[in-house]
Amino acid sequence: MTLPSATLLAQSALSGVFIGALYGLLGLGLGLSWGLLHVINLAHFAFAFLAAYVCYQLSTVGHLDPLLTLVLIVPLFFALGVLVQWLLSRFAISPLNSLLATFGLTAIIEAAIQWIWTADFRKLESVYAGEKLRIGALYVPIPELLTLTLAVALSFAVWAAMRYTDLGKALRALAEDAPMAAAFGVNRRAMSLLLSGVCTALAGVAGVCLALSFTLTPAQIYAWIGVVFAAVMLGGLGSALGPLVAGVIIGVSEALTAAIASPSWSPIVSFTLLIALLLLRPGRT
Amino acid sequence: MTLARRIARLLAVALLAAATAHAQNQSPIRIGSTLALTGPLAQTALVHKVVGEIYVEQLNKRGGLLGRQVEWIVKDDQSKPDLARTLYEQLITADKVDLLMGPYATGAILSAMGVAQRYNKVLVHHTFGIPSLAKYDMQFPAWSLGPDPGNTVPNTVFDALAASPKPPKTIAVVTSKFPSVHFMSLGAREVAKKRGLNEVLFLEWDFGNLDYGPIAARIKEAKPDFLWVGAIGLEGNQLLEALSKIDYTPQEHFYMYPAPAPMSKSPLAKNALSMTIFEEHPPFTNNPASAEFIKLYHERAAKAGIADTSVEVQAAASYTAWQILEAGVRGAGSLDDKAIGAWLKKNKVDTITGRLHFDGPSNYGDDLMRVKQVQNGRWVTVWPKEYAAPGASLAVQ
Repeated sequence: MTLPSATLLAQSALSGVFIGALYGLLGLGLGLSWGLLHVINLAHFAFAFLAAYVCYQLSTVGHLDPLLTLVLIVPLFFALGVLVQWLLSRFAISPLNSLLATFGLTAIIEAAIQWIWTADFRKLESVYAGEKLRIGALYVPIPELLTLTLAVALSFAVWAAMRYTDLGKALRALAEDAPMAAAFGVNRRAMSLLLSGVCTALAGVAGVCLALSFTLTPAQIYAWIGVVFAAVMLGGLGSALGPLVAGVIIGVSEALTAAIASPSWSPIVSFTLLIALLLLRPGRT
Repeated sequence: MTLARRIARLLAVALLAAATAHAQNQSPIRIGSTLALTGPLAQTALVHKVVGEIYVEQLNKRGGLLGRQVEWIVKDDQSKPDLARTLYEQLITADKVDLLMGPYATGAILSAMGVAQRYNKVLVHHTFGIPSLAKYDMQFPAWSLGPDPGNTVPNTVFDALAASPKPPKTIAVVTSKFPSVHFMSLGAREVAKKRGLNEVLFLEWDFGNLDYGPIAARIKEAKPDFLWVGAIGLEGNQLLEALSKIDYTPQEHFYMYPAPAPMSKSPLAKNALSMTIFEEHPPFTNNPASAEFIKLYHERAAKAGIADTSVEVQAAASYTAWQILEAGVRGAGSLDDKAIGAWLKKNKVDTITGRLHFDGPSNYGDDLMRVKQVQNGRWVTVWPKEYAAPGASLAVQ
């Protein structure tokens, strides 16, 4: 067995960082919803793919730059998130039941996507598709670099908002002790609607990133669930930076396993790492 | 026109009208099947749905089967083999269909085969990928892979490469662990070894892999003359995109079961090789049945929202399956499954993919897989030469 070269390892690690950033971006809204709203929103993945298809449609038919579609997608998906949260609270759905309800919603969105765009493959041929930078012996593809940039920027923006704004403090207080927060004047209902809107808008951004790098089919919604859930759990529920860090750890560990050993070992290594970190991290309950 | 001719013509018209009226007065023959109308296999199953609808329509226009019209009952197995099993059970026991047609994809076909065996029903199926698992005596494959494709298919590919101006000396085999491509890739390794090719890389990944970057980086480092990709569906495109991102173009490259349209339309797939049993060019299109089918398929597939409306492996295998079932019923002159099965085992069936026989191991006949290549944005058959598209030959980088 020959040892992999430094270039191979570095290129693979870079690939792991990029895919990890997408895990993190998809996990950001999911983790916030789970940790702060106590809604395990499986439909988050369906919303991301719906956004990817909307981006595809606007770019292919409307000839819009894929990044410009965010101007429409973000408010649209914010509104969808508000609507979903309104429905969940209207029927007082418990956290566990939210898993079932949003699974049902996922199936409905998947069927709607298939009805509108059929089950056939859809590939967004954007101006960014074939673009790449060369840094020494390494290649940096532009669509993946855009995803990384968006993931880092949004994770830090959410982290800063949660830490330094009254709104963020109110949301954290609600997650910690809702009755006490309400006693201090925090409007639980308005906060929940706002947060759900933000989480779904984040799914919309992740969807645009998916459309930039992947060929779309409706059933691919389910391909991301396992690994993104892992990133969210490893990163910490309600954490803004955690899913990104965890996503990159998972992505890089998978990529390096594929580079050194075999790609078929990647899930084993990354999930073993997940279990080990969950067991060994300080303060686990 | 003489009086005798006029009378003969009138009689013929009257007989045809009477036969049609008779067929319409009787209850239709009901053929039951499932297809993956939703779920991960839905994009290909849609092709089978369109083809089935075309065939049943054509069949009924010809007067149906045994003087009766034909009705196709198709249920959605959601790409789940366990659900396919339940639905086939339902088709036989509750819907009481007269005949069965296979579902799409190996897993579902295997499930349906078990049910068909329990009720002694004939099962003609379109695209079963692992012949060694087809143990039931009354299953009939439309996809003519031959009984030992793990050996014969790679040999066909390597024969084509050996005849090229620059035969490869080194090979990288990278493969999905999806069952119907994995055994082919393992077969390719064995065949390559026997033929003296030096294997510089062997990699496997789990179906559903999301990151092809490290696999691409390893291929680039190995620099094989020939890249065998055991890919199914979009995996081939995903690997090509990952290779392009690190600025690497494989010299000669083969993909087992690619998503046909995305690969042929991709500028990265220039000269990519794959296998076929039918493409839209002579000699396949010399058959009048295929010409009519192609015309209808173009119209219906476009209406169904299928982006690429060309007839290739999936559509052709699907049409072939219906041809086999029709031939079996007509040959047996009955809807009795045992009689149909016995007739099919003893006789050859002319189809748009060739003359098929079912007297080999697992009811497989010859391996009719041919090598095709992406040239100028479309698939063309390049090997064996007698099946090559007019003017086409194997192109190398």
